[in-house]
Amino acid sequence: MAAPPSFLWSRRIFLTVLTVFVLLPVYVMLSSSLKPLEDVSEKFQWVPSEFTLRPYADIWETVPLADYFVNSLIVSGAATVCSVVIAVFAAYAVSRYDFRGKRVFTVTVLSTQMFPGILFLLPLFLIYVNIGNATGIALFGSRGGLILTYLTFSLPFSIWMLIGYFDSIPRDLDEAAKVDGCGPVGALFRVIVPAAVPGIVAVAVYAFMTAWGEVLFASVMTNDTTRTLAVGLQGYSTLNDVYWNQIMAASLVVSVPVVAGFLLLQRYLVAGLTAGAVK
Amino acid sequence: MTITVASRHDKSGPGAQRQQDRPGARRTTRRSGRLRHVSLPYLLLLPALLLELLVHLVPMLMGIVMSFRELTQFYISNWSEAPWAGLGNFRMAVDFDAPVGQALLKSFLTTCLFTVCSVALCWLIGTAAAVFLQERFRGRGLLRTLFLVPYALPVYAAVITWVFMFQRDNGLVNHVLHDQLGIGGDPAFWLVGDNAFWALLTVSVWKGWPFAFLTLMAGLQNIPRDMYEAAALDGAGVWKQIRHITLPSLRPVNQVLVLVLFLWTFNDFNTPFVLFGKAAPESADLISLHIYQSSFQTWNFGTGSAMSVLLLLFLLVVTGVYLLVTSRGRKAKARA
Repeated sequence: MAAPPSFLWSRRIFLTVLTVFVLLPVYVMLSSSLKPLEDVSEKFQWVPSEFTLRPYADIWETVPLADYFVNSLIVSGAATVCSVVIAVFAAYAVSRYDFRGKRVFTVTVLSTQMFPGILFLLPLFLIYVNIGNATGIALFGSRGGLILTYLTFSLPFSIWMLIGYFDSIPRDLDEAAKVDGCGPVGALFRVIVPAAVPGIVAVAVYAFMTAWGEVLFASVMTNDTTRTLAVGLQGYSTLNDVYWNQIMAASLVVSVPVVAGFLLLQRYLVAGLTAGAVK
Repeated sequence: MTITVASRHDKSGPGAQRQQDRPGARRTTRRSGRLRHVSLPYLLLLPALLLELLVHLVPMLMGIVMSFRELTQFYISNWSEAPWAGLGNFRMAVDFDAPVGQALLKSFLTTCLFTVCSVALCWLIGTAAAVFLQERFRGRGLLRTLFLVPYALPVYAAVITWVFMFQRDNGLVNHVLHDQLGIGGDPAFWLVGDNAFWALLTVSVWKGWPFAFLTLMAGLQNIPRDMYEAAALDGAGVWKQIRHITLPSLRPVNQVLVLVLFLWTFNDFNTPFVLFGKAAPESADLISLHIYQSSFQTWNFGTGSAMSVLLLLFLLVVTGVYLLVTSRGRKAKARA
């Protein structure tokens, strides 16, 4: 298709402006993380007056960033694994079986997306405290409570997306597996799961990002030992000083794992969205 | 084990026979096997159901009950004993002559305006980017990856960078506007006062448009190539093809996308929370942060819950009307 100049120029201009808009904060993050403290405290400079890696060494001292990192990894990792397994089961049931209450289930799960988080923050906090008092299982302030909370955040979208994905896998495949002696669960693991890898990866990426980036529940439901990065990053501003170069360095460090993972797997995410959400 | 037994009564003949050789299968009576077969989908749904109940549905019902009680900090450890307030909390929330109701109304209107602007801009930029990146050209793959960076960055890391950029004295925004372009008198404050609305909108659009882009790119892949080829044979240029093929084909995707963007933007707590801290300036006081702040400031969780319930009702009505209108549109089209 031969595109006219009007199209080519519009495309060029639009994409240039958009690229600048998208990358500006990334540039600020990177360049400021390499500046000495005087640079970031005074007038903004496009190029650091002196390149230094000091902020990258200091971030671990100013706040216990390594601990927060480990907490975030455990919480997000566990939430992702549980959420994906549970979503696969639920989506398989909805996609392959007819049962009473199916519509009610899908509608209810989807509508939880609509709830303002603020509506169930306090009740959930009370439930966790009460469960703790009644059974001795510490949910409030623990990683377990946060894992439990986070895994339900990504669940509705994951189930929804996987239903679409599973629906697009021909039923002949499960029938063939059953002929070969698989039970329904065997068919799920031997046939459906391998065929749905792109969708499952997409859902896992989404679940991990949701957990890694959540702020509200992390700030209410953690204590000193279970704090995640979302809350821990606030530690770089003290009453006297804001260590902007360290904040930027720490932001970059906490972003690298999810951005790298996301960009590596984005192919799957687009494929997953195509098969799932869009149809 | 129990689950493999269930398959015994499947219609698939040979598989069922082989299963009977297993030791566990022989012990189960025919009847319980059938029961399990019927209950298998429920078993598979059980974990999801339990978790949704614990984390979403029960707390939501509790929130609704709380909104009818006078729940102050004295009753927090034993909330079910808080005195009944009837509709008192709701009356307080919608009493627009009193400070509480007035602030809520203002915050609600701000959120509506903000959401409309943000969703419209995210959708526009996302559509334009998806359409421009539909055809192959050099650098397309790279741009596609770069454009997803704001979506992939954790909210707090990205928003805190914007906080730094919006600093009055050492931020990039004022440096460019004031020092390099020479606009205005004194350098502006961005995170307090009326400018905060624009700061929040910028960050929200920056963070939100890649989701529209991603969804629309996926939607574009479903348009058959021969539609374009046929249009080209008929002499339609690129712009005409975009207008008459691309945009109409994206319609079903857009209907879902706009709804999802609307709900996410309207309920967004993280962006204003990281951008402004616990209390946002009045011009950018989004409703979820407003409810959070007003409940924890006065410790009156009953009123806070009533506000949340009103918010939920509003979202339910809007979503219901939206779904009704779009599905009616779809039906009318199918009939035509």
